[in-house]
Amino acid sequence: METVIKTRTIKDKLIFEFENSKLFLFGSTQLRDNAMESFYKQGIPTRKHEEYKYTRVDLMLKGEFDFSTNKNCSDAQIQPLKFLKDAYVVVIENGVFVEGSSNVENLPKGLTVCSLVDAEKSNSPVFEKHYAQYADVKTDPFIALNTAMTKDGAFIHIAKNVIIEKPIHIIHISTTSVNTIIHPRNLIVIDENAQAKIIESFETISATAKTVSNALTEIVVDKNAIVDHYKIQDEKELGYLVNTTQVIQQRQSVFSTHTFTLSGSLVRNNLTVVLDDEHIESHLNGLYLTVGNQVVDNHTVVDHRKPNCNSNELYKGIIEGKSTATFNGKIFVRKDAQKTNAFQSNKNILLSLAGTINTKPQLEIYADDVKCSHGSTTGKLDEAKIFYLRARGIGLVNAKKLLMHAFASEVVNTIKIEALREYVEEKISKTFE
Amino acid sequence: MLSIKNLHASIDGKEILKGINLEIKEGEVHAIMGPNGSGKSTLAAVLAGRSEYDVTEGEIIYNGKNLLELEAEDRAREGVFLAFQYPVEIPGVSNINFLKTAIGEIRAYKGLEPIKAKDFLMMLKEKQELVEIDRALVRRSINEGFSGGEKKRNEIFQMAMLEPKLSILDETDSGLDIDALRIVANGVNKLKSEENATIIITHYQRLLDYIIPDFVHILHNGKIVKSGLKELALELEEKGYDFIKEEVEA
Ligand SMILES: Nc1ncnc2c1ncn2[C@@H]1O[C@H](COP(=O)(O)OP(=O)(O)OP(=O)(O)O)[C@@H](O)[C@H]1O
Ligand SMILES: [Mg+2]
Repeated sequence: METVIKTRTIKDKLIFEFENSKLFLFGSTQLRDNAMESFYKQGIPTRKHEEYKYTRVDLMLKGEFDFSTNKNCSDAQIQPLKFLKDAYVVVIENGVFVEGSSNVENLPKGLTVCSLVDAEKSNSPVFEKHYAQYADVKTDPFIALNTAMTKDGAFIHIAKNVIIEKPIHIIHISTTSVNTIIHPRNLIVIDENAQAKIIESFETISATAKTVSNALTEIVVDKNAIVDHYKIQDEKELGYLVNTTQVIQQRQSVFSTHTFTLSGSLVRNNLTVVLDDEHIESHLNGLYLTVGNQVVDNHTVVDHRKPNCNSNELYKGIIEGKSTATFNGKIFVRKDAQKTNAFQSNKNILLSLAGTINTKPQLEIYADDVKCSHGSTTGKLDEAKIFYLRARGIGLVNAKKLLMHAFASEVVNTIKIEALREYVEEKISKTFE
Repeated sequence: MLSIKNLHASIDGKEILKGINLEIKEGEVHAIMGPNGSGKSTLAAVLAGRSEYDVTEGEIIYNGKNLLELEAEDRAREGVFLAFQYPVEIPGVSNINFLKTAIGEIRAYKGLEPIKAKDFLMMLKEKQELVEIDRALVRRSINEGFSGGEKKRNEIFQMAMLEPKLSILDETDSGLDIDALRIVANGVNKLKSEENATIIITHYQRLLDYIIPDFVHILHNGKIVKSGLKELALELEEKGYDFIKEEVEA
């Protein structure tokens, strides 16, 4: 007699967990149910899914997973991750805001930093107005899953006309000892004419098992606001990160975002910036350094909906070993968006034969009076430059390092916070060792 | 100091240098002249250790060492310096960081302790003045956006900083106006000593009015076809390269 054992798929398990843990999930029942339904329809993308064909998220989700979100690490362990000495710090451990480890007391007037759970409890009108309004569950299964299953995250609000000089640092840490899937979620609202600098870092501490982090951040940049946003992704071998960043910009606002992917087994970034009014400026910068078997995939969307806006995108990567890097940059220029300037550039250095780089610009332009350009290059380190440095007494290894630094510097130099720039530079140096 | 014997070198299977012999002693200045494509830069590149060139025959002994066995960086650390005919631009690496790294590695190779930051800065200032290079240029990325003349001057500035024993100046005069030429020549002359030697590769007599060579060699089709004293350069300028060609072919 044959026995047929049908193993439950990860999709089944996620749905089961969703039903089981409803009491602990965040957001209104209707929102969550709707999101879960959408996830159910979309499923986990496989290689056949156009948007995920280079990044096998289905393989990442093979095996057994836990869904609990325990706190495992001490403040002392977290301390070194607070690399900005002078900052408001929010610690999110395994997807849950940890007040005790955060530094959010004595906030200046006009700045709110708290957990999503507290924001909801306090009936914050800003929270209610903006929560889950921008990342559309129908467009991506990970958005759907996060919206259905998130338990917590940070809520940050900067009130009208308020300038927050100190950076606000959200530290996401995974500290798990069994394979875990988490869904941290942040909502950041910068009101009219306000300014802020926000850093999100992604780290692992003393983790002994794989963590799949399906993190999502929505950022609302209101009229005339200026926002400088950074992501430092450094989760090491056990980290698997799907990171959605959904940005909406209003009239005359300036938003700059910088994505540094320094480590992690698999990192998939879905970054969408919607320019929803006129005279908006958006800057998207990225740097990825991939080694070993790492997979890093940056999908970006710049959506020009109204006239007279500028966007500028620069992504650079250095690919070593058997790693794979993907860049897919979509630019939409809608029918109304006349006088749009949209520029995109993706440059890669491929250091090994076994490495792979997939680069795909996608411009969809429906307006006629626009200036758009895109370009992508993949090359090796320039032999003539290496020789020039060696001819001055610099050894081969250091010559290559200098050139890699030089290549990365174009992106690193866009970091406006000096302490952060130094931190990233040091991290990059270590990667090149 | 330098002894080149029967040097043959080729690139992509094409022989460029076809048996070069050259002896250079401490304190000497040698000029190498010759028509376009005769192999002047190839000789310079082979001396500096560019790996694209295959040396198929012959030897180069430099201060008792087999130069061909040394990597490019070790040649530089042993005191060989090439001022490139076409210096590359390296955006993102500042001249200062570059020179600091180079000096650091050269000193480490020689077993010397690292240079003190203060001494480095003093040296930087002193050499800047010596070759009259703009401070702003030194602060920029290596050669990025420099004019042809500025690049050449930067080469001489690097030479001043690294204090080599054997300098090879590959058409450092081209692209320099007469004022710049004087400044560069003046710099080279000040750096000259009894211990070091210079090879000047040029098309024209003009630079040799300022840096007086002890010997002049004419390179033609991968060989030194004629050597002489400084007067040979004048003769060459007067009669043109055709006279050499005729002489060789006769
Ligand atoms: N990569 C290469 N493959 C084939 N031939 C080459 C290559 N590089 C140089 N050559 C050839 O080698 C010959 C010598 O070149 P080289 O640059 O040494 O001449 P040169 O004397 O310095 O000339 P110039 O006065 O123009 O600077 C030329 O005929 C050149 O075309
Ligand atoms: Mg030449």
